Amino acid sequence: MPGERSTDGGHSLAGVEHVPGVAKPDPVLVVEKMRRAFGGLVAVDVDHLEVQRGVITALIGPNGAGKTTFFNLLTGFDRPDTGSVVFNGRDVERLKSHGRAREGMVRTFQLTKALTKLSVLENMKLGAGGQTGEHFLQSLFPFLWKSQEDAIEERARELLRRFRLDHMADEFSGTLSGGQRKLLEMARALMASPAVVMLDEPVAGVNPALTQSLLEHVRRLPGEGVTVIFVEHDMDVVWDISDWVVVMAEGAVIAEGYPESIGKNQAVIDAYLGSDHDGDELDEGSAR
Amino acid sequence: MTFAAIDWGFIVIQTVETSLGLEAAVYALAAVGLNIHFGYAGLLNFGQVGFVAMGAYGMGLSVTLWNLNPWLAVLVGMGFATLFALILGVPTLRLRGDYLAIVTIAAAEIIRLLARSTTLGDITRGAEGLHAFIGPFRELNPFDPGSEYGIGPFMVGGNQFFAIMLGWGVTAMALLVVWQLMRSPWGRVVKAIREDEDAARALGKNAYWYKLQALILGGVIGGMAGMVQAVGKATIQPDSFVPAYTFFFWTVLILGGVGRIWSPVIGSIIFWAMLTFFQGTLIAMVNEGLIPTGLMDPTQVNQIRFMLVGVGLALLMVFRPQGIFGSREEMMLDAR
Repeated sequence: MPGERSTDGGHSLAGVEHVPGVAKPDPVLVVEKMRRAFGGLVAVDVDHLEVQRGVITALIGPNGAGKTTFFNLLTGFDRPDTGSVVFNGRDVERLKSHGRAREGMVRTFQLTKALTKLSVLENMKLGAGGQTGEHFLQSLFPFLWKSQEDAIEERARELLRRFRLDHMADEFSGTLSGGQRKLLEMARALMASPAVVMLDEPVAGVNPALTQSLLEHVRRLPGEGVTVIFVEHDMDVVWDISDWVVVMAEGAVIAEGYPESIGKNQAVIDAYLGSDHDGDELDEGSAR
Repeated sequence: MTFAAIDWGFIVIQTVETSLGLEAAVYALAAVGLNIHFGYAGLLNFGQVGFVAMGAYGMGLSVTLWNLNPWLAVLVGMGFATLFALILGVPTLRLRGDYLAIVTIAAAEIIRLLARSTTLGDITRGAEGLHAFIGPFRELNPFDPGSEYGIGPFMVGGNQFFAIMLGWGVTAMALLVVWQLMRSPWGRVVKAIREDEDAARALGKNAYWYKLQALILGGVIGGMAGMVQAVGKATIQPDSFVPAYTFFFWTVLILGGVGRIWSPVIGSIIFWAMLTFFQGTLIAMVNEGLIPTGLMDPTQVNQIRFMLVGVGLALLMVFRPQGIFGSREEMMLDAR
């Protein structure tokens, strides 16, 4: 059995069948017939997928399964050949990446994008949406945005304290370590008050101690009304924090289910290890 | 045949006069625009002289062609620069940064060649350029063209003094605008886009729109440089907008330090001080026989002084790569 679950604990998913493309009681994200090919290679071909609101969903799959491409398609960083994304009941197909972010779908990147020549605090303040001072003309008149800026700064400092980065607030973010950059990127995403955060390998290259604190932050998000979708290769992390697991292979969703049951799924074992393997590695994880 | 025979006083006065003169102001202003493009927004613009030309021609044609008053003419000049920014930016700013660089260098040459073409001869007066626009601007001059203005040995005529004051005045205003913008959330977004466009987009910022705004703003300031130059020289000639000028603006910016408020001003002053000082000294040395005429004659001095500026720039890159105002710590972040 997994260790601690998120606040929701996956209870809202009780009774949902463990089959690919299954309908969820309260989906925040619905993907329909999404396909993306690069020349002859079909990177993503997802028939139907629903993501439950308020839980932590892990997206796993072997290398080259199309997870990151799928992320790019969901967030508007890439365009699908066909298919649609419905987010919070709204078809976001025509929105570009920044438009989807404003709707509340905020992502992080596999290769961390700390804005190195901005201070850590500036990085955080950038995350806040709807800033008056970000308009050209208004920006010339500080009295129009000063109070909003102060409120944003206060929220930024509070989040930095929570992520234990407050002592670095005034440093260039380029001086942070790799793990601290991951923390900063996640905290910055939260500044945007997202409905869904999409984390692309949130703990890749992060040392074990920092990984634990990072996961602690992720685990708390559903309780704050934030849905989490994350791509991860580290199976321990997947079993540790996810409420629901979606498995991709060769661009398609091949399995869905609770983390403890997914390791026993024959299609998943085949995808990861080839069909003639007995699946030791996955069983090991689920037996923890 | 000694160094003592050189009139150092004259050379120093000339150097100071030029480095605070009209051209220095024009270069500073054009570099302020370039600083917005490259220093803050990370846009590679290799055609800043095109914006300068658009500003000058927009203003000049408003008077010669449409008889507008000087203030409206300035607005039209800004409009021309904006139009140029839109033509360059709309198709390229969605693409990778190098595309803008390619397009700008070509487009600036197109502007110059169009202006000097016979096809547009009735409008732009070809290589001869525009002169008739200056009247209404001279009327705005509060100084007496017949008297000399200045301090001590640094004296210039009234028209020239007006142009210099105008140039540095507009530069001061441009610096004020840049300073305010770059400490605002708008500046934060622009700098974030310079660092990583995708990160900004993932946080809901319309990177394309901000880059276009930055291109327009820097271009309009470049256009102002063209207008100041036109008023100061009382002429707008296509061949004063050759591509080399763009790279002088870049030299000015890099000398001062990219992405700092004051660097275009200090960079321009140093650039012109070096040019004038080298010119005066070399000519005097040739005249005094300190440099044999077989090695260098006075007509070659003009080229050689640019070589020396080049050497100066190369030395700066070795010993102080961040420029005069830049921060080494900040620059080293790129190397991590």
